[in-house]
This record gives sequence, C-alpha cells and structure tokens, in this order.
Amino acid sequence: MTNSFDELAEAECIFAIGSNTTIAHPIVSSRLFRCRKNGGTLIVVDPRKTEISRSADIHVQHRLGTDVALINGLMHIIHKNGWHNQEFIQERTEGFEELIATVEAYTPDRVAEITGVDTETLARVAKIYAQSQTSAIIYCLGITQHTTAVDNVKSLANLSMLCGQIGRPSTGVNPLRGQNNVQGACDMGGLPNVYPGYQAVTVPENRKKFENAWGRELPPNVGLTIMEMMGGCLDGKIKGMVILGENPVMSDPDSRHVKEALLSTEFFMAIDIFPTPTTAVAHLVLPAASFVEVDGTFTNSERRVQRVRKVIDPMAGKTNWQIIQELSTLLDYPMHYESAEEIFNEMASLTPSFAGISYPRLNEKGICWPCPNPDHPGSPILHVGKFTRGRGLFHAIEFKPPAEAPDDEYPFWMTTGTERAHYLTATMTRRCIHLDREMPELATDLNPADAKKMNIRDGDTVRVTSRRGTLLSKVWVTDRVKPGVVFMPLHFEEAAANLLTNPAMDPISKTPEYKVCAVRVEKVD
Amino acid sequence: MECKWVQTTCPYCACGCGLILLAIDGEIVDTLPSRTSPTNKGTLCIKGWNVHEFVQHKDRLKKPLIRNGGSFRETSWDEALGYAARELRRIRDTYGPDAIGILTSARCTNEENYILQKFSRATLGTNNVDHCARL
Repeated sequence: MTNSFDELAEAECIFAIGSNTTIAHPIVSSRLFRCRKNGGTLIVVDPRKTEISRSADIHVQHRLGTDVALINGLMHIIHKNGWHNQEFIQERTEGFEELIATVEAYTPDRVAEITGVDTETLARVAKIYAQSQTSAIIYCLGITQHTTAVDNVKSLANLSMLCGQIGRPSTGVNPLRGQNNVQGACDMGGLPNVYPGYQAVTVPENRKKFENAWGRELPPNVGLTIMEMMGGCLDGKIKGMVILGENPVMSDPDSRHVKEALLSTEFFMAIDIFPTPTTAVAHLVLPAASFVEVDGTFTNSERRVQRVRKVIDPMAGKTNWQIIQELSTLLDYPMHYESAEEIFNEMASLTPSFAGISYPRLNEKGICWPCPNPDHPGSPILHVGKFTRGRGLFHAIEFKPPAEAPDDEYPFWMTTGTERAHYLTATMTRRCIHLDREMPELATDLNPADAKKMNIRDGDTVRVTSRRGTLLSKVWVTDRVKPGVVFMPLHFEEAAANLLTNPAMDPISKTPEYKVCAVRVEKVD
Repeated sequence: MECKWVQTTCPYCACGCGLILLAIDGEIVDTLPSRTSPTNKGTLCIKGWNVHEFVQHKDRLKKPLIRNGGSFRETSWDEALGYAARELRRIRDTYGPDAIGILTSARCTNEENYILQKFSRATLGTNNVDHCARL
C-alpha cells in the first residue's frame, strides 16, 4: 500500500475495486464504514454484489475482466471534462500525451458496451474520484488474478496520477495483500529476481554486497517463477523441489498439472504444519512450527513490520529456521544463528529500507518500512514529493478480454474467491470447530433467473465442468452474482475450485486468471 | 498451573491484527484482540477470534515422514535431514543448482523467509526461489 489503513477513514472518496473487503480484510473494512460515516463517498467496483458493495454509495457492477476498459473510460471522461490535475501531471509525471491518445478511443458509449455499466454511472464515478480533495484507491485479488493483472494495476496507477491522488495522506493506490506475510515474503527476497529489499540480483554491486556478507559466490541469472518451476518439473529441468508452508497442489490453477509436476521430481520435500494435498505427494515431509511456536516478524499490507512472539515450544521440536540452518550445515554451508532476532539483524544490515528497524523498536506498534536509520519514524505514506523512479510514468494500455469466454459448450462465466469463515485452502480454518460449522461444504452461487431456467433450487447439487476438470457442488441461489455468472469459493479440498480454473497467466507477473473462466452447470438428481 | 498471556500478530490475512493468546500449562485456550494494536484497536474478525482452535489440533504433524512406497513412515530428525541433504547434494552435483526449486512462504515469518532464500542462493547456488505472491 502507498498509504496506511487509518488514512482510509479520513478520505473524501474511496474507490474500492476487486476487493471483497468485509470478507477478505474485515478489519480494513471498518475504515471504509468509518469513511462513509465521516461524510466520504464509497465507490465499490465489483462484478458481484458483496456486503461492501451493498453498503456503498455507488456500486459499479461491471462484467468480469473488463477493468482496463472501465478505468480507461473513467480517464476519458475525466480528461474531456478537464477534471485532471494539470499541475501534478506537469511536475511529477511523464507519458501523459500517449495515455490521452489511447484513452481517447474509450468513449462512454463504447465503455458501457464493453463493461455493461451505464454512462451516467461512469460520469458520476469519474467526477467524484477526480474532484474529491482526497481519493484513495484500494484493490485486491479481483484486480491481480487476471491475465491482464499488470495492465489492471498500471491502469489504477494511471488514474491516481491523472488526478494527483497520490503522495498525500488519504490518497494513493493501495493493494490489500492476500496473506499475512506476502508483503514480507517479497520484502525478504522470496523472489527469483531480487535479494531482500528488492535489490536486483542482476546488478553486479548488489551481488557483490551479498557475496561479501554471505561469503559465497552467488548466481548472476534471474531464477524461475513458481509456474515456471512447475513447468520445469514436467520438462525434466527441475529435479528437486523444497516447499515451505504452501499448498500449491490445491492453490494453483489446474491443480492436476501441479500434482503431476511434483510427482515427476526425483526429490520433493514439503515442510508444513498439517498434512495437505501437497505434502501427500512429497518424498519427505518435515513438521513445521506454527506462528505460536516462533519468534519473528510479519509485515502487513501497509508495510508495517510487527512482532510475532513464541507462546509454546515447537510441537515437533524445531523451529523452521533451525531446520533450514541444520540442513545448510549438512550441505557444507554452516549457519550459526542463535535466535530469530539475530537473523533479522543480519537482514536489516543488508537491506537499506529496513536498516533502522530492530526488535526493541517494534514493541508497541510496529514500524512501516522504509525506515533507513534508527531515528527514522517509518514511512506510512510513499511517493511524497517524488516517485521512487523520479517521474511517475503513465502507461498507455489497451483493453484485452479474458483468456477464456463462455461458448455453447461452457456457457457460464465462473469466478472464484473466499467466504467469511474460511481462509484460502482452509487447512487451518476447517480445523477450527466454530468456523467449520459456519461453512462445512462447498456451495456455488447461482443467480435466481438461471436457477429458475434450469429448475434448480437452493441446496440442490450441480455438476460444474470446465475444460480442465469437473466437480460436484451444492448451490446457493442468490443475486450476489448476475445471470450467466457463477461464483465458487476455493476452500474445499474434496471439491477444489482450482480443478476448474484457467492456468492462463499474466505475461509479466505470471499470475493465473483465477477470476475468470468458462464452465458448464448441470443439475444432478 | 502456569498461565501466560502473549501478545503476537494474527496469521491469517494481511491486516496484521494484534492478538493476545492465553496459554495454560502449554495449551493455548483463548484469543483476545489487542487494544494497543494500531491495526485492530481492540476488534477482531471471526477467524481471528477462533485462531487458537487450529494451532494444537490433533492433525498437526509432529514427526518427519519419509515416503515408503504408497505410504509414509515416521522417522527421526537426523535421518530426515540426512536424507534431504544427500538428495539435494546429489541433484546439485549431477544436474547443477538450477535443477532445484525453492518455494518460501507468505505464511511464515520474515526471518524464515530470509533464511530460506539465503539457503537457496548461498547454500545451493540458485535464484530459483519464489512463493505464492503471484497466486
């Protein structure tokens, strides 16, 4: 996030797109309600009706996968009416002319045609976003789980820069991250192209710095992404895999493909707290320590580094860092850490954006990085005065439809997401008795008009089939989805939505298109 | 009876709410929201309130498991880590370090992520390290 949670409550306008906030980030959604109470305008853009869309001033219910067209359309209207921020554009950005040349073609009529949103709503949203003193964009996986993920995110950046709604309190472009420490896993260099703190592995000075600190020669080439690794397993390029605390057999699109990939390795080691469909195909499973068994830190969506503290001893006898340390020592690269804090301090000494953070400083409220020195208070707001790259670059982007669209054989759009009581592949939440009771089995949302046509009632069972696979599901007849669209939560191992989803991915971020695929729905008697 | 309250951070979504866990004689029995946390300020969602229910669930893995045909058998840490080291060394020496892929975890701590990517890059010698951020 470029800004912090609390600032959202003070915004004059919030533009929330692809975020089922009350379900996926309940505590952030409290800021959205507070924003409205303070007199702000809440605009929710979502192809589904959600709790937060029903509480919004304006719900823009566009078609699945039409985000770029919608945002280009808003920018077209903003520019035509002169609502853009000329001073901001001149002082802080480049590429404005190219952007305008592209959005010129996104007339309200054309955008209404593509997105299914009427031109009046488009004009109203454009005006409120552009003319409010402070407008904050928040987005979630509804923006990123598309073949156009990067285009979608860049379009939101375009919109914010066009109106100068960034670099000030209560503005910005704010992704709500999907998992507790996805921010931290990226920050720590759990990526094939960067060391901790986004220091590129291809820059010789960076490599030299880490080689000196770690006392080893390091590889200069960019590594493989998760999907490329899975492809590599099948091609025979990858012979060994180590997976810590992830369940890709269930969470990856086209999960059968992932299972085959892992089965075709010569050695696959999984480290996890519970048996999962992923540990089931491993050669070796090591028992991990959960968050109550370790000291450490998590970094939340607003880049706030916060303490995790040990409550009980590791149930299997070792913390995860001790496992890695011992394995490393056996592989002739001895590590001698005595505590998580020692690991943190080494990381901070090599990572400028963490240089001022230490455990004693994190005690009460945590610190938002960048925090370059021990006297620095942390940085809740990014891009104040200038962007990281200097001038903000507009990207002229054309709309591209999703990779798969309904046809005669697979006539429904399908989208996926989460429900209130569960979390991702639900290996944890289905083991919480009170949560399991809330939602014990898969239920797929179907619009009442479709249900009537197909003679399906609430609670009936249907077979849902895509080009990748097929499964059985209960039906929930609800207007949460539009006619012609079904919604399936991804939590259920015995009926995993990702048997059906499309593995087509964004060419840059390699994010699969979980949010759009085509399916057939048949009643089962 | 040993009773302790420990302040920590919720492991579910990226709100990062402050939790206080109550442990009695090594068993975690209750969760309370932290009032001093700048994130949740004394509130929690349904998942957070019930977080203590999964951590000591009977299904937790407690011993290393080694594949034995179609099933697993329990083994010691020494045997498990020895086996892992032998296999990773063999693959690295036979096919090169880039024949190994490592997935770190968006569920684990910063320290665990740091040490695992260091293991990948320095111990094994490959940048084939990623996690499910893109999923």
